[in-house]
Amino acid sequence: MEKPLTQHITPDRKPLSLKEYEQVGGYRAVHKILKELTPEGVTNLVKDSNLRGRGGAGFNTGLKWSFVPMGPEVPRPKYLVANADEMEPGTFKDRILLEGNPHQLIEGMIVASYAIQADISYVFLRWAYKKAAQEITKAINEAYAAGYLGQNILGSGYSLEMHLHTGVGRYMCGEETALLNALEGKRATPRAKPPFPQVSGLFGKPTIVNNVETLCCLPHIVNNGAAWFKGLSRTGDAGTKIYGVSGKVNKPGAWELPMGVTVRELIEEYAGGMKNGYRFKGALPGGASTDFLVEEHLDTPMDYPSIAAVGSRMGTGTMIILDDHTCPVGFVHNLQHFFAQESCGFCTPCREGLPWVEKILLSLDRGEGKPEDIQLLNFHTKALGPGNTFCALAPGAMEPLQSALKYFGEDFERHINEKQCPWK
Amino acid sequence: MLTAEEVSQIEHEISLVPVRKAAGIEALKIVQQHRGWVSDESLKDTAAFLGVSAEELDSVATFYNLIFRQPVGRHVILLCDSISCWVMGYEKIREHLMQKLGIKYGQTTPDGRFTLLPNVCLGTCDCAPALMVGPDLYQNVTPEELDEILSRYN
Repeated sequence: MEKPLTQHITPDRKPLSLKEYEQVGGYRAVHKILKELTPEGVTNLVKDSNLRGRGGAGFNTGLKWSFVPMGPEVPRPKYLVANADEMEPGTFKDRILLEGNPHQLIEGMIVASYAIQADISYVFLRWAYKKAAQEITKAINEAYAAGYLGQNILGSGYSLEMHLHTGVGRYMCGEETALLNALEGKRATPRAKPPFPQVSGLFGKPTIVNNVETLCCLPHIVNNGAAWFKGLSRTGDAGTKIYGVSGKVNKPGAWELPMGVTVRELIEEYAGGMKNGYRFKGALPGGASTDFLVEEHLDTPMDYPSIAAVGSRMGTGTMIILDDHTCPVGFVHNLQHFFAQESCGFCTPCREGLPWVEKILLSLDRGEGKPEDIQLLNFHTKALGPGNTFCALAPGAMEPLQSALKYFGEDFERHINEKQCPWK
Repeated sequence: MLTAEEVSQIEHEISLVPVRKAAGIEALKIVQQHRGWVSDESLKDTAAFLGVSAEELDSVATFYNLIFRQPVGRHVILLCDSISCWVMGYEKIREHLMQKLGIKYGQTTPDGRFTLLPNVCLGTCDCAPALMVGPDLYQNVTPEELDEILSRYN
């Protein structure tokens, strides 16, 4: 089983130096694109590979790039940003790539930058990732010294600057237009689209924001081709995926696996099954803002269309397990506390609605719920749903709530009827 | 007054961006790194240096979780309170810390040693519960080992 993204990452995550990385084939993709491929050629290759964004949205990466204006007359500088602001609760996959092999990310960023002819690139890293910050700083310096960054890279005439920016903590920074505002030194509130960042992004210039895992796939696609990348997968979605499982399982962790392994395989085989005495009740397949899956979905392949077909989203592919000893109302209350706190406050339904939802869930959890609360919660899942808010934060927050009401409605009712949390 | 060192570090950040005020977050981080937190006076001086109003810079400073507009202790404890850590029982860690330190969230011990803050997901959910003390990450934390962890910080 091939594991291109994690093959050089050791359990202690001591990253390869530039020299060591080159010895195992690192930076070959940079040589190749600069000598053999046009920017359009790289974009078409990535489009053909069917690489989809690993940050959660799953948009075709090459297609995203193709909206960037090209040619001599376009606004400059153009920007490429690596979204390394991993903050979706339950998600810990990019940390592995950032700490374990920073040169792979830098190489991927050079490939993406060349494809869109970016002049400046940023790694937008979350503050908490201290080790990653050290390793990336070191790796960027090495890449400059070796001539992979800076002016006239490898004598090709192409130039690229790269900087590390560490954020100061706000979930909103993961939303790409809010991230751009943060990079501009502003509050991280989302921007209206259109114009899309591909046309008017950072400082009003054409900008691409790609997730870390997405970028790390690129050197391998350049070296091995689109057909190879598609062949890594078990299903129609290409490549490998870094999946994760956390919660009451025997071996929580993250593993690079062929796209399309099933939910059951992840839990039973890779995560070693549920801990003794705990039963599986449900799971959020891809972070806090995805709908619950339950027992009947265990044999669903973890890819974008299959998870969508059963009413949820692949999201980040890092799963959080709800077990039978854990209260589903308390679980959802924890999530809504997070979303209410992290709402940027810019649009009314999100700013006002999420704290309301949080309050209702808290009263249920304390046994103070009223029968009409269920209806109120259901109302919010619609009122804060897609189309009613400025960005995807509140609709994302409603995904675990609406599915919890659907699958665990009885447990919500019990809190009201028994006037206490049955799990306490 | 910003120190010469702070000015030189902020100038470097300004050189990396096309407009001066875009270095605002970096400037706040630099000031906080030197002074532990960003006082009203520091905020005014930094804003003047960047050529923006203090109010505008404050709107940025107060938006982000990790810019401190109140004094903090020598070591800031960030306790993850997000979903995986909740499932794995972070509340026991919280109770132990609060009892041991005699403070609640947002407070600082009287000796100025620790400030305790809740924090969103630290991105190490397979090793929950997790917390950070200053720059150091602790994983799979149990209440029993907390005393030993805290004893490493003066």
